[in-house]
Amino acid sequence: MSARILHIAKNTFREAVRDRVLYNLIAFALLLSGAAILVSQISIDIERLVVVNLGLTAISLFGVLIAIFIGIGLVSKEIEKRTLYTVLSRPVRRWEFIVGKFFGLAGTLVVNTLFMAIGVFGALLYVAHRFSRPDAWIFVALYFIILEFLIICSLSLLFSSFSSPLLSAVFAFSLFVIGSFANDLRGFAGVAHGFTRWFATAAAYLVPNFSTLNVISAVAHQQPLGAHLILQNTLYALFYTVAAMSGAVLIFERRNLK
Amino acid sequence: MAAIEILGLEKTYMVGFWRKRPKRALEPLHLTVDEGEIFGFLGPNGAGKTTTLKLLMGLVFPTAGSARILGREWTDPQIKAQIGFLPEQPYFYDYLTAHELLDYYGQLSGVSAPDRRHRIPEVLSHVGLTDVKGIQLRKFSKGMLQRVGIAQAILHNPRLVFFDEPMSGLDPLGRREVRDLMEQLKREGKTVFFSTHILSDAEALCDRVAIIHKGMLRSVGAIEELTSTVQGKVEVVWQGTNVPAGVRVLSADCHVTGDTVRGIINENQQDAAIDALRRERMRLVSITPLRTSLETYFVEKLQVRCESTSENTVGAAAGTRV
Ligand SMILES: Nc1ncnc2c1ncn2[C@@H]1O[C@H](COP(=O)(O)OP(=O)(O)OP(=O)(O)O)[C@@H](O)[C@H]1O
Ligand SMILES: [Mg+2]
Repeated sequence: MSARILHIAKNTFREAVRDRVLYNLIAFALLLSGAAILVSQISIDIERLVVVNLGLTAISLFGVLIAIFIGIGLVSKEIEKRTLYTVLSRPVRRWEFIVGKFFGLAGTLVVNTLFMAIGVFGALLYVAHRFSRPDAWIFVALYFIILEFLIICSLSLLFSSFSSPLLSAVFAFSLFVIGSFANDLRGFAGVAHGFTRWFATAAAYLVPNFSTLNVISAVAHQQPLGAHLILQNTLYALFYTVAAMSGAVLIFERRNLK
Repeated sequence: MAAIEILGLEKTYMVGFWRKRPKRALEPLHLTVDEGEIFGFLGPNGAGKTTTLKLLMGLVFPTAGSARILGREWTDPQIKAQIGFLPEQPYFYDYLTAHELLDYYGQLSGVSAPDRRHRIPEVLSHVGLTDVKGIQLRKFSKGMLQRVGIAQAILHNPRLVFFDEPMSGLDPLGRREVRDLMEQLKREGKTVFFSTHILSDAEALCDRVAIIHKGMLRSVGAIEELTSTVQGKVEVVWQGTNVPAGVRVLSADCHVTGDTVRGIINENQQDAAIDALRRERMRLVSITPLRTSLETYFVEKLQVRCESTSENTVGAAAGTRV
């Protein structure tokens, strides 16, 4: 990786920190500690279930929102404000800029997720008083959540490279919602007929499959996950991210700046 | 070697939201700038100056044509380390301080960490920004941002700098400092290419200028070549409050301001005018060959009215420069 990509990524991270993105951690902490205190008082056996479910779902949702709302502005805002002029007039290739931005946002999300994960394990310790072996699967769930973020970052960047922030947000958010039901969509495609079947099949395979990446409920119920799922999800996320990033680079390479 | 060779760059924008129609911003432009020159790129608003600079920087893509910068193809990323660019109305990451911004830009331009450490305070003081440590750029005034823009353009010690309206937004002192800075760059053997519509700056600084209007190159050359078009006229200035009859008969075009009078007469009547002034015991101040100013050139040749803005676009070139 070229040093320039690293510098751009670091600056993107710094921007997110200075724009107080990490303040979402406060909301997350309040939510999680409130829930932990509440369930530890009222229930007998489901504390762990509630904390893991709620904690991981919140991590995923907070992160997706951050990925979309920062991601859609990463390129278009720099074009709009013309901060790009003095960057691209340096020995920076356009693709390096896009890739640097991507790593900056992904890094922001990983750091954010790490803090939140510490919170989840803390809450877990608070309600269950000790860790058990199946808790290790939480790491896999977190890993999948980060894979999900990578896909969303790349899609937001892709949209950001050709459309306005508002439209990009709409596109990215719709894809997130549809992608979360990708397996249902595949099921529907299997039973539909004619044009609908054709359309649903195409859509089911084009949208990012977030349902397979979501193992929160399995982990909360202490079900083990197969190694091949980890491999399959890793390859899928990498492939999807690289494809979306290539699209973003191809569009941005040809773009006239305002 | 030529620092910049523009080989027929042209740009047509597509404008309109629904039905796109072409808008010609730059006709095919051919222009060569030599190394070590201060070159002025002049033209009224909307002439195509910024468009040319954006094309050269690779920020927009030309409809046709190409260019060479410092002997290489203009799209070659390697030349970017050797050029500096100040955009029009520059804007930067406003969450950074000036030091952080320059540090980041230095990294992108491949300036080593020790070099950055001594170079950043140096360029900041060079552009007159000394007390800005710890202040985010969002709190900078327009003129301060302009100064940061100049600082980032010269930070990595480039061989060639492109300034798009370097004086805009600067106070008189700032303009003077930028002028000195450009002259210093020239002394260091650098090439300066700058766009402006402040004619006095061009007259004071440039080895050569190009004049562009409506996307078309109108003329290129040294200022004297462009402005020495009034043949056989001189301007006579003397102290007094009236025009003696002996001068008046020479059909002089005279203006009285305070206790000085300026008259424009034919060169061959110069002696007669001096005699007339002597007879009246008036003190002669100067006699100089008359040149059209760049301003006159603008107004007459381009048939444009240069908007007189607060930047003193026209007034600074003050009528007849002698
Ligand atoms: N992105 C764009 N889309 C469409 N037309 C444009 C665009 N940018 C510039 N133009 C047009 O190109 C022409 C030249 O503009 P340019 O900005 O190069 O002028 P300029 O010489 O820099 O003027 P000024 O002195 O006002 O800065 C103008 O007519 C302008 O309307
Ligand atoms: Mg301009």
